[in-house]
Amino acid sequence: MAKFRIKRFNPEKQADPYYEEFDFEIPEGATLLDCLNHIKWNMDGALTYRMSCRSAICGSCAVKGNGHALLACQKQAAHLLKDGSDTITIEPLGNMPVIKDLVTDFKQFWEKIDQVKPYLQNNEKPPAQEREQSPQQFKKIDDATTCIMCGACYSDCQVLAVDNKFLGPAALAKAQRFVGDSRDQATRERVKELSKPGGMWDCTHCAECVERCPKPAEPFYRIKGLMESALKEGVTNNVGARHALSFVNSVKHSGRLNENKIPIESMGYFNIKGLLDLLPVGLRMLLKMKIPPIIHKPIDDVKDVQRIFEEFGE
Amino acid sequence: MIKHDVLIVGAGLAGMRAALEVCKELDVGLLTKVYPSRSHSGAAQGGIAAALGNSEDDSWEEHMFDTVKGGDYLNDQDAVEEYVKAAPEVIYELEHMGCAFSRTEDGKIAQRSFGGHSKPRACFSADRTGHAILHALHEQVLKHAKSIKVYSEWYMHQLVVEEGRCCGVVVSNIRTGEVEVIHAKAVIFATGGYGRVFQITTNAFAGTADGAIAAFRAGVPLEDCEFVQFHPSGLYRQGILFSEAARGEGGYLLNGKGERFMEQYAPSRMELAPRDIVARAEQSEIDAGRGVNGEDYIHLDLRHLGEARIMERLPQIRQLGIDFIGVDCVKDPLPIQPSAHYSMGGIPTDMFGQVIIDADKTPLKGFFAAGECACVSVHGANRLGTNSLLDATVFGGRAGRTALEYAKKVEFGKINGSHEKARVLDQIEEIFQRDGTESYNQIRNEMKEVMMDKCGVFRDEENLKSCISTIQGLKERYKKGKVTDKGQLFNSELYEIVELGNMLEMAEIISTAALARQESRGGHHRTDFPKRDDENFLKHSLVYPKDGQLELKYKPVVVTRYQPKERTY
Repeated sequence: MAKFRIKRFNPEKQADPYYEEFDFEIPEGATLLDCLNHIKWNMDGALTYRMSCRSAICGSCAVKGNGHALLACQKQAAHLLKDGSDTITIEPLGNMPVIKDLVTDFKQFWEKIDQVKPYLQNNEKPPAQEREQSPQQFKKIDDATTCIMCGACYSDCQVLAVDNKFLGPAALAKAQRFVGDSRDQATRERVKELSKPGGMWDCTHCAECVERCPKPAEPFYRIKGLMESALKEGVTNNVGARHALSFVNSVKHSGRLNENKIPIESMGYFNIKGLLDLLPVGLRMLLKMKIPPIIHKPIDDVKDVQRIFEEFGE
Repeated sequence: MIKHDVLIVGAGLAGMRAALEVCKELDVGLLTKVYPSRSHSGAAQGGIAAALGNSEDDSWEEHMFDTVKGGDYLNDQDAVEEYVKAAPEVIYELEHMGCAFSRTEDGKIAQRSFGGHSKPRACFSADRTGHAILHALHEQVLKHAKSIKVYSEWYMHQLVVEEGRCCGVVVSNIRTGEVEVIHAKAVIFATGGYGRVFQITTNAFAGTADGAIAAFRAGVPLEDCEFVQFHPSGLYRQGILFSEAARGEGGYLLNGKGERFMEQYAPSRMELAPRDIVARAEQSEIDAGRGVNGEDYIHLDLRHLGEARIMERLPQIRQLGIDFIGVDCVKDPLPIQPSAHYSMGGIPTDMFGQVIIDADKTPLKGFFAAGECACVSVHGANRLGTNSLLDATVFGGRAGRTALEYAKKVEFGKINGSHEKARVLDQIEEIFQRDGTESYNQIRNEMKEVMMDKCGVFRDEENLKSCISTIQGLKERYKKGKVTDKGQLFNSELYEIVELGNMLEMAEIISTAALARQESRGGHHRTDFPKRDDENFLKHSLVYPKDGQLELKYKPVVVTRYQPKERTY
């Protein structure tokens, strides 16, 4: 017997959410969506969630299972019963307001997709036939185009949890789909726009979105692609890009991070306001005796590190 | 009351393509019960047909002939000709919009083989072509957000027809439960199919005949509904689609003895015969006890293709197998069975998307349809794979253009908004008031089972009669259910009940049309009439509503270039 512990919320009836348990034997091969349907059709018709294709392509049925976002239709329910536990906890996606039970409001999610101008920009008159694109060029956008807009990455994004101005993994992956497209002509404007606060450089590289993505879209890798494109385009006049470059520079020269220099280089030597903003942090570190050594020494085998850089042509 | 020059119901390929046409000149509302990107067009995998000739010489004539032969000569050939001629331009247009296509080494759109097509003409994006096109169109809709107002998660209840002209629809906002009338000069239905009336189906839960039945209840007949396509490769018991591309890339079908049984049924095309023939072959093997382990499935074997090829061309299929049954097709064959997939029939239209209600092509003014919900008819008795994405795109655009031209010429029709709204409110209230003991789930399951068993791949008179009487019984029991959730807020239970009502109606229409067609043609196979009968049945069926009953009429098939011949592969 498995327990499905479901977070219920219906503001028409009760202001606060609560958990309700449904017990039954998981039928062999049943997906989590099959189990939700079993509950809705046999136990409680009021249980509310979205679903449509039940084959992991429409992106409707993303919910949280045991604390992590997933597509209900794609997940074998039995696989959520790990380590002898008999309970599966199901909750609505995170980082979005809840409308009812497992149904969340995607308004902000879609607004952020809109913000990245999610369509091909090319002002040339198209040829009579197809524009040419090599298989290698297609491959650069192939993964990003598999995104089904299910919101699983958005739900579990650690940055969005503290800063809802962040565009989020899905919108950035969508942006990479055009930045990487050999047919798109707006690469520079796009990466400039995406280098602003809330854009690609606000990603903290935790890669949670890669873990949660039910498709090969894996947003963090697409975000990395964006960062590479931005540096290649020379769009470096921003904290994020400067931070990345300073980071690389430091490792290249000394084999490790120069923690005194990186914050300053990231802010920019002439960014007075930004530098002043750093002061309180610096002072607090000083008071707690967490200041890194003033004299930055390279590691012993720094030559080996530099060889790696040479090998990869930077 | 909400007002739009043109209102489109359904935001899959056909609906969005139509919206992009209308928005060039007029104001358009695009309504969907899901989100545009969640439409079932996105589940199409294998490809979209066009005689581009990128890998072998090809021509529209060959595409046309293959389509007509595949459709067992029930296609209207004037429409097919327009359709296949339009194909290359439609593909280039999608490509120019930004749709991602797999490519040949020289940078052209790659094309592969597909069932019933004599040339490799399926343009594709790995094995997620519908998804790629759906999102490309959605991107354009987002780009034109100023002139296309999207209503996501709104449900269409009823078509408003006044004095022989369609003037709008009655809808409700799923999130708030509010019922609204949308007043429009023209309405386009692009509401998809109805595979959900069958137990084993590739279709999304959303495929519940809403559009077809709303049209039917407004007096529009439904054409050729007996022709339902069963896809040869739905996952055993679940119906989840494994693209025909798996066979297009060289996959084998094996029976329980490990034999490539298609040799017995279509020696020249083998696994790439049209779907009706392959599905019947599979069912025959299963019925003869030659399923795998004597069970009701056969094997789709891709192992000889190798991992590299599978990962390049069929990555999604591999993942589906792993996720849904724990079978990796690189190492093991996939268990499959015929699964209800596509409705060749639907709302009758001419080749410009105008809905026509009889053999004289009388239009229902202001009402247009495109995509799976419509019947042009370009697919005849059996659709070829990759022809549906093309249908939705070509006729979506055309219906959009026709509706646009119509709406430019006319004023808004008269509409009694409060009366129309009250009708829908009453229907909803009636469902809330029901206090019976019948289980809607039970009714739905019984409907799906009886349609699969008695109105499925093989049919006969006795079974069809029994099927119709079962469905009629279910329709009575349907009135005696009980709803748990009586709230306004996102009441998905209510919509499921409304959808079930539509499906029961549709099931009766399908089985009634199937009983009347005493021949076997394309996707409709009668074991008691196993031959095609051109003398008596080279005609389209039309089912009309009449005093609460169904009335059957027929209209002729348009034959231009290709006279009906015996169909062998």
